[in-house]
Amino acid sequence: MRKYTEDHEWLDLDGDTVTVGITKHAATQLGDIVFVELPEAGREVSAGEEVVVIESVKAASDITAPLDGEIVEVNEAIADEPGKVNEDPAGAGWFFKLKIADAAALDDFMDEAAYKDFAD
Amino acid sequence: MSELARTPLYDLHVELGARMVPFAGWEMPVQYAPGVMKEHLHTRAEAGLFDVSHMGQVILRGPGAAEALEALVPADIVGLRDGRQRYALLTDETGGILDDLMVANRGDHLFLVVNAANAAADIAHLRADTPPDIEVEVLDRALIALQGPAAEEALDALAPGAAAMRFMDVATLNWDGTEIWVSRSGYTGEDGFEISVEPARAEALARALLAHENVAPVGLGARDSLRLEAGLCLHGHDISTATTPVDAALTWAIQKVRRPGGARAGGYPGADAIERQLAEGAVMTRVGLRPEGRSPMREGVELFDAEDGTAAVGRITSGGFGPTLQAPVAMGYVETRLAQPGTRLWGELRGRRLPVAIAPLPFVPATFKR
Repeated sequence: MRKYTEDHEWLDLDGDTVTVGITKHAATQLGDIVFVELPEAGREVSAGEEVVVIESVKAASDITAPLDGEIVEVNEAIADEPGKVNEDPAGAGWFFKLKIADAAALDDFMDEAAYKDFAD
Repeated sequence: MSELARTPLYDLHVELGARMVPFAGWEMPVQYAPGVMKEHLHTRAEAGLFDVSHMGQVILRGPGAAEALEALVPADIVGLRDGRQRYALLTDETGGILDDLMVANRGDHLFLVVNAANAAADIAHLRADTPPDIEVEVLDRALIALQGPAAEEALDALAPGAAAMRFMDVATLNWDGTEIWVSRSGYTGEDGFEISVEPARAEALARALLAHENVAPVGLGARDSLRLEAGLCLHGHDISTATTPVDAALTWAIQKVRRPGGARAGGYPGADAIERQLAEGAVMTRVGLRPEGRSPMREGVELFDAEDGTAAVGRITSGGFGPTLQAPVAMGYVETRLAQPGTRLWGELRGRRLPVAIAPLPFVPATFKR
């Protein structure tokens, strides 16, 4: 089941790997995304660490790692075409995959209903 | 939010789905549903309608009003013909720029449009530093900018006579029984108009213009990216009291008649400092900058003349993504010795030095109807 962070990221768990993207709400707030700087695959990251830089027409912002883990894959397609994030933030516009030690840690994040309340 | 002022078009913005933000004490539309990128491109391809009613509109009237204003700006105001408009700079005693403004000669008075953020200070300055017989009247009028290649057709259909105007002409036109004050100018690099209208008629005028199939509402976000591509300064960022007209590469706003040797040379605040710079050149100069990578370099990014340079040689004052160019663009100040287009510098971004080249301004050629 998809989980959500207070930083407007969505998290999909598959085995021990979490795919991370930003919500439609976040993509709309950011506006047209024109540049994405992705981390290197293989990088060990800590929860809260800045791992992706996003530049929209309006401003720069960043995406943090939701949990401790290792970046195992990044979505090169959005580095080539940042607009994909606006077009399909919840799908093709994903950012990176994070291998985590403890899948149960995901339980602490919001489910869709809780996120909807949070974002409104 | 209660202390924020609202323009006569506030309800229309909300109805059109604008995202409203505080700006210089006003509640203004930063963008509508299409977003900054599409609004920007629409303006370049067709026409954008901008609410700029937050800007200050001031009349200067009385015997010798032009001479009185020349005591505050280095522009030729006395020689500004009836029906014409000119860009001018209010300077301080050190030659710094208090504000930039448009000055129009409307026959028996001068009509000034000043930045919202500086309006109160400008008006106080005009009142304090012009002779007592010069009347300074602050107007309560809306201001609508219509910019882009379709602007001429859209406005002329409503207010005949608009199409006959040339760049920097001003005229009083009749729209549906209402007198509108029109200038053929703007802040986007596109051909277009700014239209001053009484507040009670502003929404109807905006709706009439928006009814044209090529006209769409555009927010402050795209207004900023458009003016950046056009190489136009934003006061408080690209120009300020810390920069002179010479630093800012705005010497074209000091006409010959106001320069040393001219019939009305000097006589404005900071003339000594500015004349010295005109003769000797400025230490730092405003330039265009094109980051070589895809990441925008925004205001505050420091510039170096080598990848491992220790002392900054410049700084970015405005920067972002240029939707027309589909590439990052910026303006800033660099040491004059480095100001030649093509010179490669490095901008420090998130702890890394990334290449950026000095580029000619504007980034996008102007399409004014001269």
